[in-house]
Amino acid sequence: MERIPILKVRDCLLVTIQVDMHDRLAMTLQDDLTEQIVSQRARGVLIDISALDVVDSFIGRMLSNIAGMSRILDAETVVVGMQPSVAITLVELGLSLPGIRTALNVDRGMDLLSASRGSEDGPV
Amino acid sequence: MARLTLAEIIDRHESELLDEWLRRQKESLTSRRDLVSDEELRTDSRNLLSVLREAAAIEDIAKPVWDRGRDLLADLSRRRAVLGFSPNETATFVFSLKQPLFERITGAAGEDSKHAAELIWYTSTLLDRLGLYTTETFQKSREELIIRQQQELLELSTPVVELWTGVLAIPLIGTLDSNRTQVVMQNLLEAIVAKGASLAIIDITGVPTVDTLVAQHLLKTVAAARLMGAECIISGIRPQIAQTIIHIGVDLGSVITKATLADAFQLALRKAGLSVGKFQERA
Repeated sequence: MERIPILKVRDCLLVTIQVDMHDRLAMTLQDDLTEQIVSQRARGVLIDISALDVVDSFIGRMLSNIAGMSRILDAETVVVGMQPSVAITLVELGLSLPGIRTALNVDRGMDLLSASRGSEDGPV
Repeated sequence: MARLTLAEIIDRHESELLDEWLRRQKESLTSRRDLVSDEELRTDSRNLLSVLREAAAIEDIAKPVWDRGRDLLADLSRRRAVLGFSPNETATFVFSLKQPLFERITGAAGEDSKHAAELIWYTSTLLDRLGLYTTETFQKSREELIIRQQQELLELSTPVVELWTGVLAIPLIGTLDSNRTQVVMQNLLEAIVAKGASLAIIDITGVPTVDTLVAQHLLKTVAAARLMGAECIISGIRPQIAQTIIHIGVDLGSVITKATLADAFQLALRKAGLSVGKFQERA
């Protein structure tokens, strides 16, 4: 069964979407991610969509779901690498993915995650 | 004597008609002689005369027999339009054939003035229609040119400049319609990727009016930039624009707005953790 690989980078999880998502793959990804967030004690999730030429409402919903689930598990989600044409299409369709944070690339995404966590954590 | 038709008259006197017509054309084109070569004039005239000879019997120039004629005139009209000729000058090409033809008609009709009058009227109406057709094509080609220029203007007037590392400025000049917005969005997003920008200042000082549509377009652009991980500041909001926005009830959401580009730039620097200060005077 195909799975989308999840990489651990410091205390974040990195997922790169490179293939066409279909229902089962999306479900498996959500299962795997939530499981790993807990087992690896991840504080952030980076979803790299730079390989996607098209992002439809299905993928949009999947991203929202992942962001929501991660937040419940105290992990912040950042979507990175959106292509300009994809951004324009999403905006034209009125799917501007509210509540999902975005960054230009993985580097910036990591910075974003550590910055937002830095403001929360303090000396215990 | 048998009544001659227009076609027959043209057939008999073709070369004289051509010469005289060319002479009249050159007289009326004195200011533009350098733009069109003699060869071209001669070829165009000869072609039209032969078309006239073939199709002269049919009054309605929309009929298939006139297809070649219409193509000829359309092509000529387009060529002259590109060279900058006025529609009058192009139509004169056709009208200047009238006099030579009328002279041949009266000559051929001889005593039969009624026949002469009928034929002259017929020829005049026919050539009028052909002349008007060149004007029509002329207008059409000018319109195509205008549309093409509008497109080019669109491309030209949406530059994206990098004010500082990672800070882009998009000065918008002119109205923001949906076409323009597409171009702006594309340019902006491509620049965000190319420069790795995290902040974009959209300056609307040059946008004359902001109505609900323009506001929507602006908000769309901001949303698209946000999806790419860049924050937007809208600057250059004139006092009247601020009033209009409130009066029409546009909700700018969480978009930061500043009155001037300078203020927006200052904010951008602050967000980047930078400040501007004077050099210390050395003691």
